Amino acid sequence: MVKICTANEAVKDISGGMCIMIGGFLGVGTPDGLVQALVEKGTKNLTVITNDSAFPGVGVGKLQDNKQMSTLYTSYIGGHPESGRCMEEGELKIVLTPQGTLAEQIRAGGSGLGGVLTPTGVGTMVEEGKSKIVVADRTYLLEEPLKADFALLKAYKADCHGNLIYHFSARNFNPIMAMAAKTVIVEVEEVVAAGTIEPDNVITPGIFVDLLVKGR
Amino acid sequence: MAQMDKRIRIAKRVAKELHDGDVVNLGIGMPTLVANYLSHGVSIVLHSENGFLGIGPEPQAELADKDLVNAGGKLVTIQENGCCFDSAMSFAIIRGGHVDTTVLGALEVDEQGNLANWMVPGKRISGMGGAMDLVVGAKKIIIAMEHINKDGTAKIVKQCSLPLTAQAEVDLIITDMAVIAVHKDGLHLIEIAESTTLEEVVAATNAHLLFSEDNIRIF
Repeated sequence: MVKICTANEAVKDISGGMCIMIGGFLGVGTPDGLVQALVEKGTKNLTVITNDSAFPGVGVGKLQDNKQMSTLYTSYIGGHPESGRCMEEGELKIVLTPQGTLAEQIRAGGSGLGGVLTPTGVGTMVEEGKSKIVVADRTYLLEEPLKADFALLKAYKADCHGNLIYHFSARNFNPIMAMAAKTVIVEVEEVVAAGTIEPDNVITPGIFVDLLVKGR
Repeated sequence: MAQMDKRIRIAKRVAKELHDGDVVNLGIGMPTLVANYLSHGVSIVLHSENGFLGIGPEPQAELADKDLVNAGGKLVTIQENGCCFDSAMSFAIIRGGHVDTTVLGALEVDEQGNLANWMVPGKRISGMGGAMDLVVGAKKIIIAMEHINKDGTAKIVKQCSLPLTAQAEVDLIITDMAVIAVHKDGLHLIEIAESTTLEEVVAATNAHLLFSEDNIRIF
């Protein structure tokens, strides 16, 4: 059985300097209750790994509004003007990464891989400082794995063992982040009895999940 | 020609490049219009990089689902052949060559097929999102854009001056004035739009165009 707690209890051990992965794509599939609890806790100096900084007042955008991040690994900050301004003025270190590379770095982190070789970014600014490796006459960049102290995720339903299913495009980065963090907290719309989710239909195995929080 | 008419002309021409059964990723903005002009009998599967195949039309308000958006964050529907997956699968589909065609806008394209469409130094940065993966991974890269910038400067140039999205990946450039195929030996002008002339196209292009005047078609 996975412990079920409130959002505020779930984030209590997150402290400054930690690295946090947060699911979502422009706010869809982001655990809003957990982000809100982190905003209320006010923890600063976080390293955050997430697809995008969403919009002001929306999803991960709230951590930008509240200036709680010191480093952000992300693919897109165009929805939140403050992210671009903070990057330009050096208030926030932003590592802009192609979205597919970010996904593979996270997958590698959770899969015990030393990195991935991708052709994406070859011949662009993205290759700066990275090893290039030629395999069968094609050039690839070595992209290193990403891991985190905590993952804050959103799923549709969990059973009491933490097995997860997702809904439509709210799945996005959540399943891969579930494998890449030491402690995985999942906000779900509903917790159902064991056996309710057919084993064939489970997307994220419950063994990755440490805490469940009921959200909306 | 009004802005909207130019966009529709481009979208209609791009649509002719798509074949029945193709898996297609349409970039945010003008490329999404392409889905409205598919030829009769052509049905395509639209890929959404946030994690599903089978993008359907915008829903009526009461049928909208907050968890079903396209890569621009707009509410959409999913078609009956659709399916959902995570971001790693979504980009494996892209990088693995399982997307037949992607259609994107551009700031600059050059004679080598280099593309710049994600960043203008000195202007606010928004990030590349999925664009770099799409341009490297899809089988065919179509750039759909207006032929020149609003200030009259060329977008098709000898060599891109802006930071690149990808090197030598563009296959076809479709603008309101022309259709240009990118081959190893350079840019081949293959069609010009009705109501424009060869001289106008050449003057609006800051790159060498290869063509034989007799073979240029009108679209």
